[in-house]
Amino acid sequence: MSEIKDIDALRAQLDGTRGKEYWRSLEALSGTPEFKEFLHREFPQNASEWLDPVGRRGFLKLMSASLALAGVSACTRQPTEELVPYVRQPEELVPGKPLFYATAMPFAGAGMGLLVESHEGRPTKIEGNPDHPSSRGATDLFAQASILGLYDPDRSTTITNLGDIEPFSAFVVAMRSVLAAQLSKKGAGLRILTETIASPTMAAQIDDLLTRLPAAKVVQWEPFFGHNAREGSRLAFNEYVAPQYAVEKADVILSLDADFMCVGAAGLRNARAFASRRRAENTGTRNRLYAVESTPTNSGSRADHRLPLKASQIEGVARALAAKLNVPGVAAVSVSGEAASKFLESLAVDLQGARGKSLVIAGDSQPASVHAVVHAINAALGNVGQTVSYTQTPEARPGNQIASLRELVGEMNAGTVDFVLILGGNPVYTAPADLKFGDALAKVRLRAHVGQYEDETAEKCQWHVPEAHYLEMWSDVRADDGTVTIVQPLIAPLYGGKSPHEILAAFAETGGGERPGYDIVREYWAKQTGLSTAAPAAPPVVVAAPVPAPAAPKAPPAGAAAGVGAGAPAAAPAVPAPIAAAPKPALSPFDLAWRKWLHDGLVPGTAFATRQVTLQGAMPPAATPVGDGLEVVFRPDPAVHDGRFSNNAWLQELPKSLTKLTWDNAALIAPGTAKRLLLISGDVVELKQGGQTVRIPVWLAPGQAADTLTLHLGYGRTRSGRTGTGIGFAVNALRTTGAPDTLAGVQLTKTGDNYELACTQDHGSLEGRNLIRVATQAQYTADPSFAAKMQEEIPKTLTMLPPRSYEGYAWGMAIDQNVCTGCNACVVACQAENNVPVVGKSQVANGREMHWLRVDRYYTGDDPDNPDTYHQPMPCQQCESAPCEVVCPVSATTHSDEGLNDMVYNRCVGTRYCSNNCPFKVRRFNFLLYGDFTTESYKLQRNPDVTVRSRGVMEKCTYCVQRINQARVASKLDDREIRDGEVVTACQSACPTEAIVFGNLNDPNSRVSKLRANTLNYRLLEELNVRPRTSYMAVVRNPNTTLEPAKPTNGEERG
Amino acid sequence: MPQIFDRSANFLSKASLGGLLLFVGGVITLLMVFGRSSYVTRANEYIEQPIQFSHAHHVGDDGIDCRYCHTSVETSAFAGIPPTKTCMNCHSQLWNTAPILEPVRASFRDDKPLHWIRVHDLPDFVYFNHSIHVKKGMGCETCHGRVDQMPLMLQRNSLQMEWCINCHRNPENYVRPRSEIFTMGYQPAEPQSVIGPRLVKQYAIKGNTSCSTCHR
Amino acid sequence: MAAKEHVPDHEELALMQRTPAVIAPGHTFESVTDSISSIVLTKRTTIGWFFGFALAFMFLMVLNMTIGKLLLEGIGIWGNNIPVGWAFDIINFVWWIGIGHAGTLISAILLLFRQQWRTSINRFAEAMTLFAVACAAMFPLLHTGRPWLAIYWLFPYPNTMGLWPQFRSPLIWDVFAVSTYGTVSALFWFTGLVPDMATLRDRAQSKAARVIFGMLSLGWRGSARHWQRYEMAYLLLAGISTPLVLSVHSVVSFDFAVSVLPGWHATIFPPYFVAGAIYSGFAMVMTLAIPLRKFYGLEDFITMRHIHNMTKVMLATGMIVAYGYANEAFFAWYSSNAYEAYMMLNRMTGPYAVFYWTLIAINAVMIQLFWFRKIRENIPLLFVLSLLVNVGMWLERFIIIVTSLHRDFLPSSWDMYYPTRWDFAMFTGTIGLFFSLFFLFVRFLPAIAIFEMRTIVPEAKLKQHHG
Repeated sequence: MSEIKDIDALRAQLDGTRGKEYWRSLEALSGTPEFKEFLHREFPQNASEWLDPVGRRGFLKLMSASLALAGVSACTRQPTEELVPYVRQPEELVPGKPLFYATAMPFAGAGMGLLVESHEGRPTKIEGNPDHPSSRGATDLFAQASILGLYDPDRSTTITNLGDIEPFSAFVVAMRSVLAAQLSKKGAGLRILTETIASPTMAAQIDDLLTRLPAAKVVQWEPFFGHNAREGSRLAFNEYVAPQYAVEKADVILSLDADFMCVGAAGLRNARAFASRRRAENTGTRNRLYAVESTPTNSGSRADHRLPLKASQIEGVARALAAKLNVPGVAAVSVSGEAASKFLESLAVDLQGARGKSLVIAGDSQPASVHAVVHAINAALGNVGQTVSYTQTPEARPGNQIASLRELVGEMNAGTVDFVLILGGNPVYTAPADLKFGDALAKVRLRAHVGQYEDETAEKCQWHVPEAHYLEMWSDVRADDGTVTIVQPLIAPLYGGKSPHEILAAFAETGGGERPGYDIVREYWAKQTGLSTAAPAAPPVVVAAPVPAPAAPKAPPAGAAAGVGAGAPAAAPAVPAPIAAAPKPALSPFDLAWRKWLHDGLVPGTAFATRQVTLQGAMPPAATPVGDGLEVVFRPDPAVHDGRFSNNAWLQELPKSLTKLTWDNAALIAPGTAKRLLLISGDVVELKQGGQTVRIPVWLAPGQAADTLTLHLGYGRTRSGRTGTGIGFAVNALRTTGAPDTLAGVQLTKTGDNYELACTQDHGSLEGRNLIRVATQAQYTADPSFAAKMQEEIPKTLTMLPPRSYEGYAWGMAIDQNVCTGCNACVVACQAENNVPVVGKSQVANGREMHWLRVDRYYTGDDPDNPDTYHQPMPCQQCESAPCEVVCPVSATTHSDEGLNDMVYNRCVGTRYCSNNCPFKVRRFNFLLYGDFTTESYKLQRNPDVTVRSRGVMEKCTYCVQRINQARVASKLDDREIRDGEVVTACQSACPTEAIVFGNLNDPNSRVSKLRANTLNYRLLEELNVRPRTSYMAVVRNPNTTLEPAKPTNGEERG
Repeated sequence: MPQIFDRSANFLSKASLGGLLLFVGGVITLLMVFGRSSYVTRANEYIEQPIQFSHAHHVGDDGIDCRYCHTSVETSAFAGIPPTKTCMNCHSQLWNTAPILEPVRASFRDDKPLHWIRVHDLPDFVYFNHSIHVKKGMGCETCHGRVDQMPLMLQRNSLQMEWCINCHRNPENYVRPRSEIFTMGYQPAEPQSVIGPRLVKQYAIKGNTSCSTCHR
Repeated sequence: MAAKEHVPDHEELALMQRTPAVIAPGHTFESVTDSISSIVLTKRTTIGWFFGFALAFMFLMVLNMTIGKLLLEGIGIWGNNIPVGWAFDIINFVWWIGIGHAGTLISAILLLFRQQWRTSINRFAEAMTLFAVACAAMFPLLHTGRPWLAIYWLFPYPNTMGLWPQFRSPLIWDVFAVSTYGTVSALFWFTGLVPDMATLRDRAQSKAARVIFGMLSLGWRGSARHWQRYEMAYLLLAGISTPLVLSVHSVVSFDFAVSVLPGWHATIFPPYFVAGAIYSGFAMVMTLAIPLRKFYGLEDFITMRHIHNMTKVMLATGMIVAYGYANEAFFAWYSSNAYEAYMMLNRMTGPYAVFYWTLIAINAVMIQLFWFRKIRENIPLLFVLSLLVNVGMWLERFIIIVTSLHRDFLPSSWDMYYPTRWDFAMFTGTIGLFFSLFFLFVRFLPAIAIFEMRTIVPEAKLKQHHG
């Protein structure tokens, strides 16, 4: 019963607090089970460290490696290393200088434009392509982590038929025989199941196939995709169109259960656009964001007004709003709840006031009818053509995927399907439970699966063919706005993977079944453009001219050897032969264009033209009746999406930005609801609906709508790989075609079990400390320098350290909390750039995660069910009077001439005193041998410019000093200063909202200096006089004064 | 009471005291010497290579410029080891049947790279950059010695940190005019004490001794 | 000469009436020498000794195993994490160093103050110091992530890097402080042993014993010149080691006081640590003395007088420590520093409050018992209390180190610390090492300074009077 008592205590405390006082996170108050346990018995479960699979593997590595290491590190005589030069060196390649290639990552029905850094043929790091409309130089966490997926040793490596290894030719022969058989019956028995098709070439191949086999069917299935959005557009306009938002033009934005800044193909672009109206430097009017959501989202965390509402009630809000805005054909609906109606009232007024400059966005999980209503609202507000326009869909074959999948299953059960080719994806795991896809599939006589892993679906098919990673294949893909990028390989397939094009070629009329993807893609585009390929074309593997790099081209470490951290020079030959340079022939017109496309990373003029759409008169009736009782909403997991990334250790260990959970999924529940049901975080509950049950621990998520549980798919995989198999909880059982997004009337029973979840931030409260400084627009205009006023003044002379002067450069970083959505792209980017190891769940649970950059998440406000959420990226603050430096007995961490806290791993003996003395606790320690010195394929991913740390060594953020050094050398080589923006840290380059700015503080014109001069600028813990080089921009909220009466002062901001 | 020890004990006790002191001193000295010995540093040690490539011949006799093979020395951190192609540029014509060059021809024929043994091998946690040193007037000879007199490549200097730091702290003692970078056996026109400081100023040399200059 | 010939003078009579004497009446040079040296030379080793030693040795082996695992896998086997970078490792270090303090205090300072009662306890108190320092000295090395390099950097020969240790770091000061302390204590102890070695040499039966003790006694013949030089050397060493008693733990306290951490960053630490050290040191002496006098029948030499004085010292220093606690709490409030205030609040009401209040109960409340004579004379109770004091002082270090670290400036980085089995193995292991050494000591060396005892038998006084 203690939980209840504790939560009551919490309530009491919260009731006691008034105004914007800061409050404690629930774990902290209600007392975690771990802590209770600690009071009772002295032995905590750390002892079970080695029971954790990851931990155990680590242990084995350790036993072998640490002995050797102990020897090596003590001995000063080095092992012999080899130098392996090329036989014929590619022209573009300067040994030790990375090349950047433009390509795109196909993901959930659209492509994201990327630049990939390659060291002597090893792709090592993903950057955004500044010229590409979808990314504008930024990336999301999936793109950043995909580089690890490329080198995943658990990817399937062989073509198998009933478990026997076969050559590709055998597969082709099999397919040809299928084709021959099907030709007679026009392909009636042939079904192809693909992920959403965003590749024009693939679409063309399919069309070609279907023209020859009209009875064959191609089914697309994407577990998380704008199904409702597409259907909604059909309801509204009677055709499939994609809305394109111009968020930057909107003054007032309403998000209905939409995480429009972090999820979906347009996420990056929307985030950048939203940020342009919120920055600290922003001089124009701030936009205002209203969010009505059933579960907290990153976009919602930036909202000025947030209304948590059950998913099924949001349609009511949409319709009520439509009625208030006199949208024709929508009956007025009364919204239950005084808060809601008040919210709606002011919202409607606000939107009216911003006709043509407002925007309403509906989330993918809201039913089609809501999307239809929203289209109508935008039209009524005159936003169409202003903040929203419509184009054809980026996916080539829009359609109702759920319906067609249901149809396919029906046919399979009916036995009318002779052969099904599953081209990518893992439907057996991801398909809605009620379809029983696995069983249906088993009824098909011949089944082939093409995928990167031998997953649940591969298990059920006779044929399995390894699919090439997008960094290994030639292809093409459309971005959400239609822009096409040619996907070019950075490396020959590591595991002999085949691209979808090469698979479909087996069914093509021409080419005899086996054709390189390169030819297929080129042929398609030659036909499209009509350019002649008359002049001799380049050989199959052509190299793109290196793309001007966003970061300064990198210098290599001491010799080729140091490249692979563990110092295995032999790695060089281990790489499949680097893409050889083509002899320069006279280029055909097509090749000239083609080269340019590859170089720029996009095909010009392929962006869609806006399309005129006409609203259908009558609005569809409300789809979902408002259900009572508990409701479940399904979401893709923020880290592993629909499970396709579940074997990616970076993403598994990534603290999910709102819950800070790692290595698991949990059912998110509102604190209020949890109190009623007597639940605390970690309690395992059983969710029952329609005979299906799911066991899963709950996690108290402030901001969650009452009586709503959020279930994240992507966990509980049974065949994922050494990292992803068997972790987390499978919740697919509850997801049905009838209710793929929201499930009403769920029974919850408490099992009494408790499950330990590894969370990286137990404490979400600020304890009344002025770490996050917030003011409303009104307060800000009244007192622009409020942030400084929250700081107690201290005499700057109070220091024993000698004053330092910095000639030349003085590096600094400014982080704008106004626009940080906590999307985590920076965290993964940092991990990729700096060879940050993964430690496993038990180590994370013990507070030993290694992320150099963490994003702190604080809750403020007086209602745990609807708090304000703030994200505070926390890299090393690079203090000028650094407490860490003075206490190191061996000078392993020292101050550089440019004001960085250098960390010298090879000097460090690991007293950990620096970490104890670090007020920000940003230092990370290798308590065990966390660095992977054994897995060959991972060695290829390592950044050769950063040491791979060994056991017993402290490490921390260095402001990407390797990039600084490269820029410094580059600038000196052509006798100039480093330009502002020439050094871009990994986190900065990944950030979709450009919240992180890095540069030279000695240059008054640098962007970072300007931010430093901004009145919103403040530094953490100034009272300690450690003088951090990293500073933060105080947050200015832009609330609607009718909903939140302006307070005269922000005095109690200090809490 | 019977004697336990004989007279010699007196001397022995005193001697052992002195001996102890000597021993401690000896150990330290030994450490200092051994730690810098070529056994540890591998300096002046000829290393067997797949091919008996003679810098003495190619540089000394033929006078081939360093950059003909080490192409990226001025642009990249890594000076560059010539691809087999570079060797074949000449040796497809000269000595194109010499048995000693068979490995080269084999490499070129079978597209199999040559495996050279690294001679100047810094630890993996040291990030050295050739281009900037060349740019700032550090001659090849300063670190690599008289390569033109080495029939087989060997390491002339200790490559220990104190050796690097020594130059980073007083670059003026080692800097030379950019025109002389690739000269072997360079003699300063005027005394180094004069030319050194001038060049340091002229080339804006900032012997950077921050840890992150070399360690990251 | 025999005792009956001796007529006690009035001083002695007065002394005997007021408080128990520092040596039971009726002892002569002869009897003292016999009863002490017999332990080493003639008496049969008791079963108890073997049993005790075996037990201690077992734990010593646990220590070896733990250290082996530690070097093989890294300190990740402990519970330490970020933010709690130091835990049992440094707690044990400070605890042992603290215990080490009583020895030097007794032998050096009390010697300078001409306190007769020191004589019968100083020998094994010094031994205890040495063994405690040995236990403590392990941790500064073993708590590092890469001990093999730690040694090298701190004694950086051959210094091929052109880099030296950083002398701004308190950890370096520590290394010097502890090593100095260890060296001086060892010298002091050995010097004190020399005359007794000679005694044993002369009384030893076996050749081997004679040779060994002969070597150790450095040719001591007990001539007047020997004595005169000996006294001089002993006095000098006492003078040298006296400041060390204060300096060592002050330097240890700097490890914390120099940092910025709330709960560490306090100017009161040096005196507060020194007092705590002496407090725990005497507790340990008591813990050892009580069984020792019991099993080896040394009640005559370690008399109630000693027990009394030791409890009094514990009471005094204990009060200083308690004052330290009060002081910390007061300044947490008075400084009106939010972080300090929270730190104190967290100690009192946070997850580790149980340990905080246990510590208060022992070090502030329980020691008040020492005011009462009845308690001071209840030997078994005193034994228990002295053990409790050791526990209390260990908890003090736990509170200072862990509670300060686990919740500092940014709430986002707060975390809990849980020890693992290896933390406990390491701790009990060092206890095993300590007692193994101590058992060997009492068996093979005179646990009480024979010749010094001789100086306090009445006979000696008589000589002085009539001679």
